[in-house]
Amino acid sequence: MQRCGVTGRGLVVVLPYLWLLLFFVVPFIIVLKISFSDVDLAIPPYKPLLEWVGKNSLAIKVNFNNYAFLFTDSLYINAFLNSIKVAFISTVLCLIIGYPVAYGIARAKPSTRNILLLLVVLPFWTSLLLRVYAWIGLLKANGVINNVLIWLHVIHEPLAMLYTPFAMYVGIVYSYLPFLILPLYANLEKMDWQLLEAAEDLGCRPWQAFYKITLPLSRNGILAGSMLVFIPAVGEFVIPALLGGPNALMIGRVLWDEFFSNRAWPVASAVAILLLILLVPFMMWYQSVQARESAGAR
Amino acid sequence: MTTSGGSIVKAAPWNDPAARPYIQVDRITKSFGDFKAVDDVSLKIYKGEIFCLLGASGCGKTTLLRILGGFETPSSGKVFIDGEDMTGVPPYERPVNMMFQSYALFPHMNVEQNVAFGLKQDRVPKAEIQQRVATMLDLVKLGDFAKRKPHQLSGGQRQRVALARSLVKRPKLLLLDEPLGALDKKLREHTQFELISLQDKLGVTFVVVTHDQEEAMTLASRIGVMDHGEIVQAGTPSEIYEFPGSKFVADFVGSVNIFEGKLIEDQPEHVRIASNELGATVYVSHGISAAPEAIVWVAVRPEKIFMSTAQPQGTDNVVRGSVQDIAYLGDLSIYLVKLPTGKVVRVTQPNTSRHAEAISWDQQVYLTWDAESPVVLTR
Repeated sequence: MQRCGVTGRGLVVVLPYLWLLLFFVVPFIIVLKISFSDVDLAIPPYKPLLEWVGKNSLAIKVNFNNYAFLFTDSLYINAFLNSIKVAFISTVLCLIIGYPVAYGIARAKPSTRNILLLLVVLPFWTSLLLRVYAWIGLLKANGVINNVLIWLHVIHEPLAMLYTPFAMYVGIVYSYLPFLILPLYANLEKMDWQLLEAAEDLGCRPWQAFYKITLPLSRNGILAGSMLVFIPAVGEFVIPALLGGPNALMIGRVLWDEFFSNRAWPVASAVAILLLILLVPFMMWYQSVQARESAGAR
Repeated sequence: MTTSGGSIVKAAPWNDPAARPYIQVDRITKSFGDFKAVDDVSLKIYKGEIFCLLGASGCGKTTLLRILGGFETPSSGKVFIDGEDMTGVPPYERPVNMMFQSYALFPHMNVEQNVAFGLKQDRVPKAEIQQRVATMLDLVKLGDFAKRKPHQLSGGQRQRVALARSLVKRPKLLLLDEPLGALDKKLREHTQFELISLQDKLGVTFVVVTHDQEEAMTLASRIGVMDHGEIVQAGTPSEIYEFPGSKFVADFVGSVNIFEGKLIEDQPEHVRIASNELGATVYVSHGISAAPEAIVWVAVRPEKIFMSTAQPQGTDNVVRGSVQDIAYLGDLSIYLVKLPTGKVVRVTQPNTSRHAEAISWDQQVYLTWDAESPVVLTR
């Protein structure tokens, strides 16, 4: 069997790499290539990198202007900074809401645990877009929330919630919460609860035991969950576009505008590449946390 | 395995009605739904004792320990420690520490931090913490391991860290849940004696939970045998072993041969019991309190039975049988002797000589025991 050259094991390893090559490396190279091109009024709207000059010589034209441009126009820098700010605040909000949920599930009876986990995952059964639209229905001026509050005489005029940063945060936190809860739960579920009894035995009140034992021991879960929220939230486009209103300046939005409104593919590609470079350290951090977590070392 | 009784509290305060108990468990009951894990238990434990709660799993011993530690609130009854009512006081406010069966060492802290944890919690001054932790680590011979994390230690070392961590706060009472359960046999034996000498040095009162009667025998000043949430008998190891109060205790602590019989002669200084199971009469050289003609049980420990190929004199306390099985354990051998009645008797004989004439399978032997050896049980 060995002599055939291709073994079953080899095939198993090759397949994912092939997948990555086709759907990650190739598109990435295309985007990278476009980011170094000149804009052109053509289809596609950019000039080729390689050009025949005369009969026998091939010229490579690499254009760094797209990148330079990103640093001259404050729009892009602001969009980047704002995206990071929004992603960071969303992550913190997700943590504040998600930690007690994950903790509660981990400490629930095994039978209720599965039901609770199902409830966390349940929203994934409908499309993200539908769920975000549902939030429009809830948050708009004559939406469910405003109507109920007026009916209860809490307010007299509808609150302007939709198309505000508030609505955007609601949308992002709502959509990404499961990504934080699940890894955190997986971490907390492994926790030896007797450690808390030991801490109490040694003089800790329950909240001190939480702060000194549970929190440090769930650090990897916190980091993993936070990265899973932060990384995609930086590039988030749909939620700010639908809920955040015109002023929500996020890098995903800028990217969209460059591609589709301005047809400036090279600049848009440069934005995409920069975004990737920005996120690589966080992804690597996430990877190392994951590796540590699965190695079991605290 | 028999009756060593490691730490004997010198004056035996439990026999002195005037002595003040250090820990008093007063009619504690703990129910989980319909199930009574601990059922109306009262107990007096004296200062400096090692008191062992011995019982099979599910007998309520761990629940009782957790009530002493404050991890469970009793359904009724009270717990006093050093005269103070501790019922309902949370664990972090009790002068009690616990060594958990799993040790429950904090995995993200090194040995030193683990041991110092309780002192830091009590805001003991830094210099004092350092000094007390160092002393305690030396005492459990872990001075060189102060900077190691728990996962870098062996089972025995972890056990000692757990012990140091619970002792460093100088508790009035130390609770130990199966303290040696996770150790292998050799290490366990060694650690038992270390534990006793440590307890002796520090004078802390220990309450130990164990299912291992050998462990209870070696460690305890007194043993409380538990069954179905109740303490069926409490006493020194030798009392429990030599004077068991019931068939359950006789059978649970050590091995024993029990013969059912009928009381046929009841005198103040001796009794005679006819046992169909044994096929002989048993003569016991002490009186018992039971109704004449009552059904009683005679318990004889395997090591108190003598076995010989020659017929001994007399007719009482003598039976004949054939050797059915032999287990050679090195220091002693266990013989299972089948009587004509079908009853199998367990006999242990020390192997005192290297070239002893061997008793072998199917050989006819006589079994006999002293008139003072049997214990007559009425329940």
